[in-house]
Amino acid sequence: MSAVTSQNELEILASRSHLDRLEAEAITIIREVVSGCESPVLLFSGGKDSAVLLWLAIKAFAPARLPFPVMQVDTGHNFPEVIDYRDEFVRTYGLELIVASVQESIDRGDIPDPGPTGSRNRQQAVTLLTAIRTNKFDAAFGGGRRDEDKARAKERILSFRDKKGGWEPRLQRPEPWNILNPRIVKGEHLRAFPISNWTELDIWEYIAREEIPLPTIYFSHERTVIERDGMLLSVGGPVVIEDGEVARKEIVRYRTVGDMSCTGAVRSTATSYEDVLAEVAAARITERGATRADDNFSESAMEDRKREGYF
Amino acid sequence: MTAVSTASNTQVRIATIGSVDDGKSTLIGRLLHDSKGIFEDQLNAVSKASRRYGDGTFNLALLTDGLRAEREQGITIDVAYRYFATPNRSFVLADTPGHAQFTRNMVTGASVSDIAIVLVDARHGVVEQTRRHVSIAALLGVSHLVLAVNKMDLVDWNESVFDTVVTDVAAIVSTLGSSVPIHPIPICATDGENVVDAGDKTPWYEGPSVLELLETLDITPVATIDARLAVQWTLREHGGSDYRGYAGRLEGGAIRVGDQVVVHPQGHTSTVVGLTRAGTAVDIAVPGDAIAIELSDDLDVGKGNVIVVDGAQQPVDATGLIADVCWFTDTELTVGDAIIVRHASGEVSARVAAITHRLDLETLENTPTDRLVLNDIGRIELALASPLVVDEYSVNRAGGSAIAIDPVTNATIGALMIRSGY
Repeated sequence: MSAVTSQNELEILASRSHLDRLEAEAITIIREVVSGCESPVLLFSGGKDSAVLLWLAIKAFAPARLPFPVMQVDTGHNFPEVIDYRDEFVRTYGLELIVASVQESIDRGDIPDPGPTGSRNRQQAVTLLTAIRTNKFDAAFGGGRRDEDKARAKERILSFRDKKGGWEPRLQRPEPWNILNPRIVKGEHLRAFPISNWTELDIWEYIAREEIPLPTIYFSHERTVIERDGMLLSVGGPVVIEDGEVARKEIVRYRTVGDMSCTGAVRSTATSYEDVLAEVAAARITERGATRADDNFSESAMEDRKREGYF
Repeated sequence: MTAVSTASNTQVRIATIGSVDDGKSTLIGRLLHDSKGIFEDQLNAVSKASRRYGDGTFNLALLTDGLRAEREQGITIDVAYRYFATPNRSFVLADTPGHAQFTRNMVTGASVSDIAIVLVDARHGVVEQTRRHVSIAALLGVSHLVLAVNKMDLVDWNESVFDTVVTDVAAIVSTLGSSVPIHPIPICATDGENVVDAGDKTPWYEGPSVLELLETLDITPVATIDARLAVQWTLREHGGSDYRGYAGRLEGGAIRVGDQVVVHPQGHTSTVVGLTRAGTAVDIAVPGDAIAIELSDDLDVGKGNVIVVDGAQQPVDATGLIADVCWFTDTELTVGDAIIVRHASGEVSARVAAITHRLDLETLENTPTDRLVLNDIGRIELALASPLVVDEYSVNRAGGSAIAIDPVTNATIGALMIRSGY
């Protein structure tokens, strides 16, 4: 064929949207990491970002099977709906699931017990690093996005972690033209973030376009909640009603999925992809600012956790 | 986030470049703020941080300086990525560091950008770091250079000051032989003059604001070569199927089912009998698509191979390269050094056969040298241990770019733009 571009091709090129560009970028990254690493794993929390990531990974290798397992770091403080969803997804696509348990890390004495009601979000890093070491994974795909937090905004697509699992922001490998450098020595590993350049709105537009299944808690439902530190927390599990707190029923949904003890719901009547999309487009507060107590402690909260090996 | 973007929304990638303190982070803060791309909690966090690190006035730069060391030192160390959208375009913006010691991070941000915004402080004019960044942007081949002459309020919006900067930057670009279009705008990032809306302080300037330009500049890629696919991975179905899909990202031109192809480096020919794009069967794919190709013949194809539509513009199966390099590390590069070259078609050991020259940023002349030091831009010749399938950078960025890796530390130590392969 000739190099002169025909009208038909120009029309197809022009029809490729920002979602198409993001999708192609993510699939290219996923394939590159799989070809450059010995033993990758995909971190799947059951949240919307990891659902998109897993969806992209399945598309990257279709019709072949996913050439790596998925792993959930189980805080023990899970929304039951998320566990149901995880198991259904894994069954539907015939995936290999590994569950790394924070409770087991506590039982082994690897991490201090934050108590039955304490947040286990930060402790996840220890469990994650142990699981990476024992399973001999050399790369872990994560659904981190740069628009989530200002420390994440600085992270490369392929994030090098030293033998202790730590992240050193000053020593990041340059990635000109998105050429990734996956070379490591034994004991080091990589985190790969194929959806680095997606915003929360992109995520929802893509979920709606592809009709990606999600846990039901992302959509409006009635739930018994208390208000604590300005957040609506679901009563039950690690969340126990304290003096002066009043439980009440509210119509809510979740914008992120995390440890039940520190993940807040938002009042919402959005029941469909389109409803949620409209809500996200109109939002004036970021998802982490609105609903994640763990990121609000200090302005370097995320950077500090990442240095310790967090996602 | 002024509007829900639509399916026809195009994504534009931008990098801000220029010297330290010329106001890159402030300009971005202003773009995000005025286009409503900032959320309330982020604004609150910035006012809190402004009280802590600044003189108390609201500091827009703190929106992108995300690392603690950056806020404490008041500088940008690494690229920060920010996202904002207007009704027609969504933008990925890379805020790159101005300090010379972090040039590697500037290259990372600018290499994937459609548009570079060069910030120049009107009081200081073009300084060495401006020359370095403009040179790198021109070498990298961005489609447009937006020249934002900032802090115009501090020179009383003097038109002749503006004109001097424009002339100086145009001289850099033409000296380097680049034809990148330059779009100069006088601005004041701190108060937003000519950033989102046209201001009233520059009656002598009738052009668009920065945001108006970003929304309208044409960034459509121009196809100049036949389609090629550097194979990343071979897809195989389990069970009885003999499906074999060669997966990768398409570059150059379009490919169709039925096209004749050549497989490099072996040189076998075959025919495309099946195509998938993002896992779905299609009969045509265009550059940028993540695809998999099925061929009519049972060939030994995998990572390292490049499948090219049969035509006049074949890539070169090269064991020698001539390349321009941006050197990223304190360790000098000298003739005889061993490095690893990582390219779309593979990762190979290489030896530096020659160092031809380096770019003198004062004179913009190529100066003979026997070594390259940190942040140098120079030309080298490499002897490769096994072949790579390469294009010239000017006709195909993906096939013409590579990184240099230190074989001992595994660090990424240079960015290579291939001028020819042999």
